[in-house]
Amino acid sequence: MAWAKKLLRVNLAKGEVASEPLNMEWAGEYIGQRGLATRYLVAETDPKCDPLGADNKMIFATGPLTGTAVSTGGRYSVITKSPLTGAVACSNSGGFLGAELKSAGWDMIIFEGKSPKPVMLRIVNERAELVDAADLWGKSVWETDKLIHDKYQDAQIRIAAVGRAAESGCLYSAIINDLHRAAGRSGVGAVMASKNLKAVAVRGSRGVGGVKDPARFMKSVAEQKKVLAENPVTGKGLPALGTQVLMNVVNEIGALPANNMRDVQFDGASKISGEAMLEPRPGDGKPNLTTNAACFGCTIACGRISTIDKNHFSVENKPEYWGNSGGLEYEAAWAMGADTGVSDMDAITYTNFICNEDGMDPISFGATVAAAMELFELGAITTKQTGGVELKFGSAEALTWCADQVATGQGFGKELGLGSKRLCEKYGHPELSMTVKGQEFPAYDPRGIQGMGLTYATSNRGACHLRSYTVASEVLGIPEKTDPLVTDGKAGLVKAFQDATAAVDSLGICVFTTFAWTLDNIAPQVDAACDGEWSVDRLLEAGERIWNLERDYNMKAGISGADDKLPERLLKEAAKTGPAKGKVNGLEKMLPEYYKLRGWTKDGQLTDKVRKQFALPA
Amino acid sequence: MQRSLYIDADKCTGCLQCEMACSFENEGVFNPAKSRIKVFNFHQEGRFVPYTCTQCDEAWCMAACPVDAITMNRETGAMEVSDATCVGCKVCTIACPFGTINYNQDSGKVIKCDLCGGDPECAKACPTEAITYVDADATGLDKMRAWAEKTDNAAKAAH
Repeated sequence: MAWAKKLLRVNLAKGEVASEPLNMEWAGEYIGQRGLATRYLVAETDPKCDPLGADNKMIFATGPLTGTAVSTGGRYSVITKSPLTGAVACSNSGGFLGAELKSAGWDMIIFEGKSPKPVMLRIVNERAELVDAADLWGKSVWETDKLIHDKYQDAQIRIAAVGRAAESGCLYSAIINDLHRAAGRSGVGAVMASKNLKAVAVRGSRGVGGVKDPARFMKSVAEQKKVLAENPVTGKGLPALGTQVLMNVVNEIGALPANNMRDVQFDGASKISGEAMLEPRPGDGKPNLTTNAACFGCTIACGRISTIDKNHFSVENKPEYWGNSGGLEYEAAWAMGADTGVSDMDAITYTNFICNEDGMDPISFGATVAAAMELFELGAITTKQTGGVELKFGSAEALTWCADQVATGQGFGKELGLGSKRLCEKYGHPELSMTVKGQEFPAYDPRGIQGMGLTYATSNRGACHLRSYTVASEVLGIPEKTDPLVTDGKAGLVKAFQDATAAVDSLGICVFTTFAWTLDNIAPQVDAACDGEWSVDRLLEAGERIWNLERDYNMKAGISGADDKLPERLLKEAAKTGPAKGKVNGLEKMLPEYYKLRGWTKDGQLTDKVRKQFALPA
Repeated sequence: MQRSLYIDADKCTGCLQCEMACSFENEGVFNPAKSRIKVFNFHQEGRFVPYTCTQCDEAWCMAACPVDAITMNRETGAMEVSDATCVGCKVCTIACPFGTINYNQDSGKVIKCDLCGGDPECAKACPTEAITYVDADATGLDKMRAWAEKTDNAAKAAH
């Protein structure tokens, strides 16, 4: 078991809900969550469909370990076709919603069609119903969360919702659950809003049971929790400083992109680092960080709970932002900080709050603002478009203004909400968009960390660090150290990370465990929990199958090997400072080897041999 | 020697490992909704606070029970509910000033912390030592040590 073996199908057009058995044959091949939901998406939708049309489907999916005591076992993912990239979107979130859904007895929810009016899905164990949400439409995620809790007088309801950014068509809008955890990337929020689905509210009290061998499972879970506790990254660095432990480290090795990736180091890095979050502020004497926090079942607890200085300009006379909420993580601090040249910790904490309050991906938001700032510098965008606001690199005032505009879909915020690719194309400088397949880069410069260039170029959801986090090897030496400045061996490294991560993302656990765990630590827990036999080899095979299935979907959606590319800036403009000075990314050296290792054609197409090997659907 | 659960909310991250361990031990499933220990998230304040039965010596629940279903385990000091005797009248849930004894719809009985017979699973599952199982006569020891350090002027003066 471990799977609930049941999925909820929600037809939004007809307003109907139905229970159906989970396809356990597919679960054996694609595990759950990312893999299994992609299998359903492939079976049920046309890859060429309009991502924001009624034909696209959206799947909330848990993994077999979601809701169990495995450390970090509370994850769910949202799988759909992305309006930002046109590729498969798969956005993974923590918090508590995934485990609650599983505890209500559901492995996944498939949303299809489009509701004629705003609705929310309410689930109480086996009962599910669509409820009118006219009163919630136009509200932020935070307001929506409160209204639902007040309406049903139940503090234990777990809620995922979209905010005003998604309602107004922001192409990188996120789905936020538990107030500040996000299925963040690729615009899954826009898909949800396009279906007139405002929120999903879940209460589950059935529990997750039926693990295959309970005694062996609990023993294995306890052993592996110990491994996380004793590892310097998962046991010390992440709980103390969060993912923000990376800010100073990555800056020092010259791989912290700054000012729309013109630079690879940022002078203000230390001011927006994890260490700085612990320092008392001059304004009120309190540190930015109040405490660390865990998602469901997580014994790492990298989450940040922060406050903004009440005296800061961004929250002056706005007491609703004076309390604690989800604080800065590294990617967000980088995008809204280093990439825009802003080193004001309170300002970027404020924009982080806004990204959570109204559901925006802070990476894409920050990177889009950075592109807009470069366009402004060139004079391609002027105060005419911004209504007088000077969009200058380093301006905290400009950044917070942009966040407010995108969050509520006002004025120039509508254009910023299109993402960097469409914005730069519109203003005549497509070369300034730091994106792959239309999705903005995260916080590692591929000139300073070569493997990340291949990671970004080949990621199935556009530029993304989480599809193959070779930073672990190239910077942190996990599982073994490789030189970040060379391309040799990176094709194999990227493939290995991609396959293993696809398996991890399909199980219901967090990829951050892999700072300490390899599949050798994970497989025994899976095997003790799940039907059948689960070895490292089987997980890796499933991971590779999932990777190929996603690739196949993208190819059928009209994406090709020609889209496995990087912006010219990273291939031609050498790093100006730091250890990578003089380097560009050597993608052309890595890509052919990568295709070969994948068994694909020279132009990146799947071969019949690969299809047959993994028994991919036609 | 009797021992007590000692809760230090400063160390809690809100991961709910305790709730899963509790429900698994007592119900055979991972189910925070059926846990005898609960972690409360005070979001605005940025605080996570675990809370469960403190095993009162003169227990209101025990005194209120009309069928004497609640008795003290002399070895552990825990007030335990006998499922065979409990009639599910819920009077104990009204009597308890702390709310830590609750009705379970699935069984028709009340459930409360029984210290797992002297080996509480929540304390073992907690990754941060926010929940520990310590000498019942010295639950204040850690706090005393912290304050002793703060009030030790001599050491400060020496620096």
